[in-house]
Amino acid sequence: MNPRTLPYWLLAPALVFLCVFFLYPFSLVAWQAIATDEGVLTTQYLQRMASHWKFDRALTNTLLLTAAVVPIQLSLALLMATMVSKMNRGRDVVLYIWTIPLGISDLAAGLIWLAIFDQTGFLNSALFGLGMIEQPVTFLGYQNKTTIFVAVMLAEIWRATAIMLVILVAGIGLIPKEYNEAAEVFGAGRWKRFTKVTLPLLKPSLQTALVLRVILAFEVFAVVSALGGTNLPVLMGEVYDWQFKLQDSHIAASYALLILAISIAFTLLIMGLLRTPKGAQTT
Amino acid sequence: MAEINIKNVAKQFGKTHALHSIDMTIKHQEFVVLLGASGCGKTTLLRIIAGLETATSGEVWIGDKRVDGLAPKDRGIAMVFQNYAVFPHLTVYENIAFGLRMAKLSESEVERRVQRTASLMHIEQLLKRYSGQLSGGQRQRVAVSRALAMEPDVILMDEPLSNLDALLRMEMRAELKSVLAESNTTTIYVTHDQVEAMSMADRIAIMDQGQIVQADSPVEIYRNPAAHFVGSFIGNPPMNFLSANNAGNGQWLVGNTTIAGPQSDKPILEFAIRPEDIRVGEGSMTVEVRLLEPLGSHTLLACRLGDTPFRVIVDSDRAVKVGETLAIDPIAERIRWFDPDTQLAL
Repeated sequence: MNPRTLPYWLLAPALVFLCVFFLYPFSLVAWQAIATDEGVLTTQYLQRMASHWKFDRALTNTLLLTAAVVPIQLSLALLMATMVSKMNRGRDVVLYIWTIPLGISDLAAGLIWLAIFDQTGFLNSALFGLGMIEQPVTFLGYQNKTTIFVAVMLAEIWRATAIMLVILVAGIGLIPKEYNEAAEVFGAGRWKRFTKVTLPLLKPSLQTALVLRVILAFEVFAVVSALGGTNLPVLMGEVYDWQFKLQDSHIAASYALLILAISIAFTLLIMGLLRTPKGAQTT
Repeated sequence: MAEINIKNVAKQFGKTHALHSIDMTIKHQEFVVLLGASGCGKTTLLRIIAGLETATSGEVWIGDKRVDGLAPKDRGIAMVFQNYAVFPHLTVYENIAFGLRMAKLSESEVERRVQRTASLMHIEQLLKRYSGQLSGGQRQRVAVSRALAMEPDVILMDEPLSNLDALLRMEMRAELKSVLAESNTTTIYVTHDQVEAMSMADRIAIMDQGQIVQADSPVEIYRNPAAHFVGSFIGNPPMNFLSANNAGNGQWLVGNTTIAGPQSDKPILEFAIRPEDIRVGEGSMTVEVRLLEPLGSHTLLACRLGDTPFRVIVDSDRAVKVGETLAIDPIAERIRWFDPDTQLAL
């Protein structure tokens, strides 16, 4: 076979697979959001989605959750990655333990935290056992929106920090030690070395970690569903409700399209903010 | 005054002794080269002086300050790393300014020093570039500028030229030497390249297996090696060593010739002579020529004296054939004698 065309032949199966099982169904969904069953282009579904009473709350909740969770996760992951990379012994064990939540599905994670915050859960038993409360508290009731929000935050942080951690640990491992030593000799203390050397050199990994994490944050669903039910509407929950409960796949498709748009916008934003100038790539 | 005193410094990595009790004084503004094969401990010693490694025991003094407990930044040193460690995310200007900004110098002073050292190292036109846009030699210049800009008491250099090609290395060698001489700093320079060491150093410290075997001027090290190791390590080709049997009264039997040597009761000594310190075509020693290596200015003869390899350097005009038997006469005042038990010079 011609060595010039060989790479394309090798890529072809994956390309065909993506087209058939991703691009095609995706275009069907996108079409549903902007066209009627008769195939007439329309904005009525997008308008109906935007004017629905739950839309604002779902959008706000999703953005708020992302804004609350991702920065905390980023700081935690950076702290943990720095600690892990400084360790000589037991490094792998610690890393494995920290990444255990990665192996648990998001619904299972939601249920684990439900078992903690539930009316008959660990937290109530513990507080009751300590004599701090006289009867179980409904932490996750509809009148406690803030508690639900905090519970979802905790569950998300517990569940999904490790994905950033793994990427950052790998990234820190790629930074040659000499850069830090040079910074140390030329007068930078620990904090300066972190902010002036490690962080800038970690940009490519930070980019990947943030993009991945932010996209996943916009898709938050199972954890919220387990802990908050319908008390904390989020965008992905609306997709589910419209598709399966309200049986309107046009509106569900509109929500899906909106999530995609937000994801793309934030991906571009993150890539732009953490862009490495030409020539400044790590060599 | 930036005199460096290394007192009884030892370093162990687990059970391996990287350094055995090193004692050394480096004078104010002296250029000392730590020379040795890889794994001899020279880089470890440099890193201990820099503060990037902690000694297992011993003290390091710079000037009248004991520094082994201090952070690198408080030692008044600057360093040039083997892989340059020029920060890839900063421009050349910001790289050179890095230490100055950390020291919180005024912006005008930073500017002045960056411009001065950049022009000293001929990289003024590169100040806006990133390290990824530079050649190895240019990165090297940035690393040196960054160190010089600190106007430090002591500059430490860890094999700074080893990643450059041969021609560039020769050029940088001369340039570094003159720049460092003008900067009035004390310099410790680590290398495994003896040509670099010989051509640059005020004093060379030869290291072997975690110890300093000899610390002397380049010529002294070349002419009067203190130990067998030094003679066999310095010089290209190195010294010839032959076994000498005691013939009594300070006479020693080397090959089939009797040579006057030291008075000693030892039955055997080691006779040593440099390949260029031999007159060819006279004398009573004979060697058989096995191989010719014409090097232009001279020809290197790989010979055998009995079973022992023996190298002789002759003028390239001299006609010598492989298989020929040559009469040779080692120049008497250039002959050195070593004790085979202690490996030290007599």
